[in-house]
Amino acid sequence: MLKDPDTRPSADGMADEVAVLALEGITKTFPGVKALSNVSLRLFPGKVTALIGENGAGKSTVVKILTGIYQPDGGHVCVNGQPTRFPAPQAAADHGVTAIHQETVLFDELSVAENIFLGHAPRGAFGLIDRKAMAAQSSDILGSIGARIDPGHKLKDLGIANKHLVAIARALSIDARVVIMDEPTAALSHKEIEELYELVESLKAQGKAVLFISHKFDEIFRIADNYTVFRDGQLIGEGAIADVTEADLVKMMVGRDVSQIFPARDSDPGETVLRVTGYSHPTEFEDIGFDLRTGEILGFYGLVGAGRSEFMQALFGITKPSAGRVEVDGKTVQIKSPADAVETGIVYVPEDRGSQGAILDLPIFQNVTLPSLGRLSARGFLKLAQEFELAREYTERLDLRAASLDTHVGNLSGGNQQKVVIAKWLATRPKVIILDEPTKGVDIGSKAAVHAFMAELAAQGLAVIMVSSEIPEVLGMSDRVIVMREGRIAAELSKPDLTPETLVRHAAGIEGPTPC
Amino acid sequence: MSSTDRFIPDRLRSPFEQRLKSWETLLLAVAIAIFVANSFASPYFLNAWNLSDATFNFTEKAMIAFAMALLIISGEIDLSVASIIALASTAMGAAVQVGIGTPGLVLIGLGVGLICGAFNGVLVTRLGLPSIVVTIGTMSLFRGISSIVLGDQAYRGYPDSFSWFGQGYVWWVISFEFVLFAIIALIYAVLLHKTNFGRAVYAIGNNATGAMFSGIRVQRVKFILFLLTGLMSGVAAICLTARLGSTRPSIATGWELEIVTMVVLGGVSILGGSGTIVGVVIAAFVMGLVTFGLGLLNVPGIVMSIVIGALLIGVIALPRLWTMWRGR
Repeated sequence: MLKDPDTRPSADGMADEVAVLALEGITKTFPGVKALSNVSLRLFPGKVTALIGENGAGKSTVVKILTGIYQPDGGHVCVNGQPTRFPAPQAAADHGVTAIHQETVLFDELSVAENIFLGHAPRGAFGLIDRKAMAAQSSDILGSIGARIDPGHKLKDLGIANKHLVAIARALSIDARVVIMDEPTAALSHKEIEELYELVESLKAQGKAVLFISHKFDEIFRIADNYTVFRDGQLIGEGAIADVTEADLVKMMVGRDVSQIFPARDSDPGETVLRVTGYSHPTEFEDIGFDLRTGEILGFYGLVGAGRSEFMQALFGITKPSAGRVEVDGKTVQIKSPADAVETGIVYVPEDRGSQGAILDLPIFQNVTLPSLGRLSARGFLKLAQEFELAREYTERLDLRAASLDTHVGNLSGGNQQKVVIAKWLATRPKVIILDEPTKGVDIGSKAAVHAFMAELAAQGLAVIMVSSEIPEVLGMSDRVIVMREGRIAAELSKPDLTPETLVRHAAGIEGPTPC
Repeated sequence: MSSTDRFIPDRLRSPFEQRLKSWETLLLAVAIAIFVANSFASPYFLNAWNLSDATFNFTEKAMIAFAMALLIISGEIDLSVASIIALASTAMGAAVQVGIGTPGLVLIGLGVGLICGAFNGVLVTRLGLPSIVVTIGTMSLFRGISSIVLGDQAYRGYPDSFSWFGQGYVWWVISFEFVLFAIIALIYAVLLHKTNFGRAVYAIGNNATGAMFSGIRVQRVKFILFLLTGLMSGVAAICLTARLGSTRPSIATGWELEIVTMVVLGGVSILGGSGTIVGVVIAAFVMGLVTFGLGLLNVPGIVMSIVIGALLIGVIALPRLWTMWRGR
């Protein structure tokens, strides 16, 4: 049953107990990026610890280290106070650590029971899988979490919420002592979320340690006992949730003085270049409308799954909207493919650089010139000298670091890959540039370069749309911000009302006093 | 102005240096080795007319292989090419029976090729079906139609002017087919390596999503590639039918695999994204020389296919084995 909220532990109580699973002084570096720097994290039996931080704060990296997918460069993983190594995911599972990931890793063509017990199915005669036992145990586990799912069904026949429950059942099927939940409620409806809360409470009652990763403050305050806040790969604060307020957590998440690190700019918006009205999609977003003027940076903020990228991709012609109109320079345009979008002057720098933004196995110069070949060539024939010239012009403006323009983009660091993608689009001389999480996975130095360049572009009269989940970036770069929640525009905010608190409130749908 | 202004050089290695270390250079060495070995093995090998005859072993297949190379680089494949030859040849044979002349026959051959290519292209690019499945299906479909029309008979009676496409010589030992092969090789080399279209083919083969996100009309490019492969099958059907002087149900049986072998031997990645026309040209000569050399030594056809298969696996596996051995 639900515990009385008043029995939550105090901050003092936290230090006395031995953590069932702990990270001590963990450092993890990826090429060009320090993902984690000397962080620690402690999980206690029967307690829910909320891990809080912006996108890119290092939460997912921590989960991968706890589950043996990544190896830390420094520091220890401790089980019951003993330093241990998880050289492979199996080792973490052997120590009773199980994770329910953001995007659940399940197998559509297998049955529910097979999904739950893949890799550790009960064995019968001759070492063959004991299907009866597997089905019975699956029913037990599913029943214990209140899921009414037939273990014999194929997974692909289930809805997204039920798939999630199967993932949870899978996590519980190994004798878990630590359950990690990475944004488990992102895909669930209100009622299902309530059921999940009850499940978390019952895990607590069984003495399991739970690591709960979430962006939603209401649920953090509802179910967490302790909190740990990360920012830019560093531990910012930890303690008992009873001792902090929402405002404290937001402050810890956002942290630094925002205005200092972003380029100062005098925005001077000109003519309206892009007008979107009533843009809708059957499942992803509804009734999106806004104006965008030259020289303006319009931020799009929201939680993961709010429909921002989906809307941008529809605007760029990747997916088809069900309704709505786009006007460029006052003329209605039909955008049915990215090629149409590029022709009308709308370009898109996607979040997923590796598969969408760049073609990693082609040289830098070919990536840069790819959308400009029509203008660059003579009757469809390539002109190599002009290609190198164009590529050099734009990559130098972006301060690209590379051995040669013939280097494959895949050999560059994340930040430099992003510069290639941005250079590619600027070379088409667009009217509107959409940047989707432009500094995600980009090291601090390149981040500043990308920010400075965005400011420069706006100053030159380009209209910029920036989708970002990083609050400082949104606040530091945008003239205006549209906040999206569950596929709709939740708010449009301009300078006086533009604060971390208003952004978070509108994005998460928190009721409360709005600053006037 | 001066090169010191440049922070990033265009290239670190010159194009010549890159070419020297390429697959094509290795393949050329293999071709020369086979040529030398053949000239020692048989006294009849180094004879201009014999060598000219040998080119017929690969000219028709290579014409299709060039188009196939582009298709495979883009990440697709067409296994129905030999069946398109059969269907186009059958259509031409039927046309001969009602007295249609050479220009009409050529148009019918090319037209059937284009229609078949368009059919494959629509299924792959409009319906989004995987090309390997679609073209295995049309492989049976096209040859099935041809077999029903032909029954167990054969079409003959092609006009003499038509026969020239397969039997004519332009100058001395240089056949019309060989000249056509060279011209088509040049056209495809230019198309793949010197045009925007060719660049788009590489981009699609490396990352179709990324190419689409870069504003390339991916489906349109792929459709054109299927059209081209169909068209080249039509051209090959004209040459082959003219050379044989008849259309039989078994025409061009098994060619699709020989053509794919030629493309892969030429260094085109079966996963898409890389390869050159020069490589396919050399691979065509390698396969032609091996077949011809073994023929001179009276090696039976079954053994020849063993040799070709071993050659393919050997040439592909050797570089991999070499890096594995060095990496130890």
